[in-house]
Amino acid sequence: MKTSKEVAVSVKNIHKEFILPQSKNTSFKQSFVNIVKKNGKVTQKVLDGVSFDIYKGEFFGIVGRNGSGKSTLLKMLAGVYAPTEGEIILNGGLTPFIELGVGFNPELSGRDNVYLNGALLGYTRKQMDGMYDEIVEFAELSPFMEQKLKNYSSGMQVRLAFSIAIKAKNDILIFDEVLAVGDEAFQRKCMEVFRQYRKEGQTVILVTHSMDNVSNLCTRALMLEDGKIKHIGNVNEVARLYSESNILSQEHEEKNGADRPRLEGVDVQGLELMYDKNDVMELSLSWKDRDDIYGIGISISNMYGTYIFGSNFKDLTPKQKGIKHKIKLSLTPGEYKLNMATFDASGDITHHVQDVASFHIRDDYDITTDGLVALEHEYIVE
Amino acid sequence: MGYLWSLLKPLFLFAILYIVFTYIIPLGKDVEHYSVYLLLGIVLWNFFTEATVIGASSVVARGDLIRKISIPRYLTVIASSLSALINLGLSLIVVFIFALLNGITPSFSWFLIIPLIAELYAFALGISFLLGAMYVKFRDITYIWEIVLQAGFYASAIIFPLSLVPAIYHKWFFMSPIVQIVQDARYAITGNDQPVLWSTVHSWAVVVPFLIVIATVIIGGVYFKRRSKYFAEDI
Repeated sequence: MKTSKEVAVSVKNIHKEFILPQSKNTSFKQSFVNIVKKNGKVTQKVLDGVSFDIYKGEFFGIVGRNGSGKSTLLKMLAGVYAPTEGEIILNGGLTPFIELGVGFNPELSGRDNVYLNGALLGYTRKQMDGMYDEIVEFAELSPFMEQKLKNYSSGMQVRLAFSIAIKAKNDILIFDEVLAVGDEAFQRKCMEVFRQYRKEGQTVILVTHSMDNVSNLCTRALMLEDGKIKHIGNVNEVARLYSESNILSQEHEEKNGADRPRLEGVDVQGLELMYDKNDVMELSLSWKDRDDIYGIGISISNMYGTYIFGSNFKDLTPKQKGIKHKIKLSLTPGEYKLNMATFDASGDITHHVQDVASFHIRDDYDITTDGLVALEHEYIVE
Repeated sequence: MGYLWSLLKPLFLFAILYIVFTYIIPLGKDVEHYSVYLLLGIVLWNFFTEATVIGASSVVARGDLIRKISIPRYLTVIASSLSALINLGLSLIVVFIFALLNGITPSFSWFLIIPLIAELYAFALGISFLLGAMYVKFRDITYIWEIVLQAGFYASAIIFPLSLVPAIYHKWFFMSPIVQIVQDARYAITGNDQPVLWSTVHSWAVVVPFLIVIATVIIGGVYFKRRSKYFAEDI
């Protein structure tokens, strides 16, 4: 995967504003009324001064949370929207796959739909003739090509559409969120093709929410936030920033919500949102107003509810009103839940509350560790 | 199947109007080959209505494509007007058969219908571009256009012979490209003595219907081109 320094796409300081009509102005009549009434218009800035270059042979990832402007950016690259300000220079042909199966007609046969879709994407009949067999083969649909599309299952339709996308050839290809289709075997095939692209030095722009794809496939990535470039460059850095921004905003919402379960009368201090792998979590628990606590238990489970670790301390007396708990977090990256319990004098559980808090282990997208826990390990190359 | 229906629609209208204006109100009794005259007028008018009405909504109707891919936007309008043009071709075959049955001998003047249809197509296309682009923003434009068409049907002397109108008003009728085209076409096919532009207007005003066609094509084309950048976000 050699990337030359020849620019394939040059985005120069683009701005995009959408006009949000204050009143419904979708008729001639209304526009006359509005001249008289002088209704104001509100503009929404979706992209605010975005500039970057994509070089030939790059597998370029674009990430961003919903509303960050990435779809708008993509539509401008595809020539669907015109920028309000700035310009986009393309060096070579570009085929966008913003949505799969554009223009598919259920009344036509699978074969005709392949040609129709190809024509809409700008391919000539001859070019499609050259690609047709490969498309059908990739979709594994050769016995069905003369059937009408309406008789296909939805999975078959998606497969056909995706095969057109993946077999289409052009200088620059754009894919938007298309990896999440088909069954596992088909997805594997697609990843195979993407890896092939990367090896061959095909210029690809991939918009995705999957940070695994970004760190595994892309050679460079861009993160958009509120219509501006938050970071551009190293894929692992972009993946880390994106995951963090997702987690932090989610956490923000949860903190505002008072519906988080609590262990009555027990105050928890010292919990952080984000830990690095092998950090030590230090929790301070205190219960000033309760004198029935003879033991306390803390456990951790992962997002799928799998119980990972738990420990109980049952040697408390009612006079003791607090305890510090240190746990070394030998966990793999992801989100975890904290559960708590209290015990009475005879060692039986009095209260057990799940999901009192959640925390994350930061994903650095550098070292590949997987599984439930991160055991200490090292490799020695001989 | 679709073509059969598109032939039947003007034929039914023709049958009704023919019965009404031949037996009930005999408007056409003085016109040679009135039935051919009437049918040809209906077929041409029908093309104009079909092309402009479908053309007006063609951009919005293809909104799903326009929002997703950067196909040249004018193709949506061209495609819908071409399908109307194909229907017109089929209808004209019926007109020619009908003319032969009516005892009209074919002549070279029949070929004049080709430039006339080209002019009519250009006019319809110009209007379609204008309306198609406007319809993206103003969704009531099709209602307005249908009213204009209704008035146009009578202003274009489709069902009645123009000779029924007092001669001093003829020149005003001929300022409309539709009247000029329809009357010329009728003359080219039937060779009857109904007024045409060339026999009515003798001043510089003879170019007005053609100027209107050219202006419509330019205005429609320029407006469409200017607006088409914003179709994807406005639809």
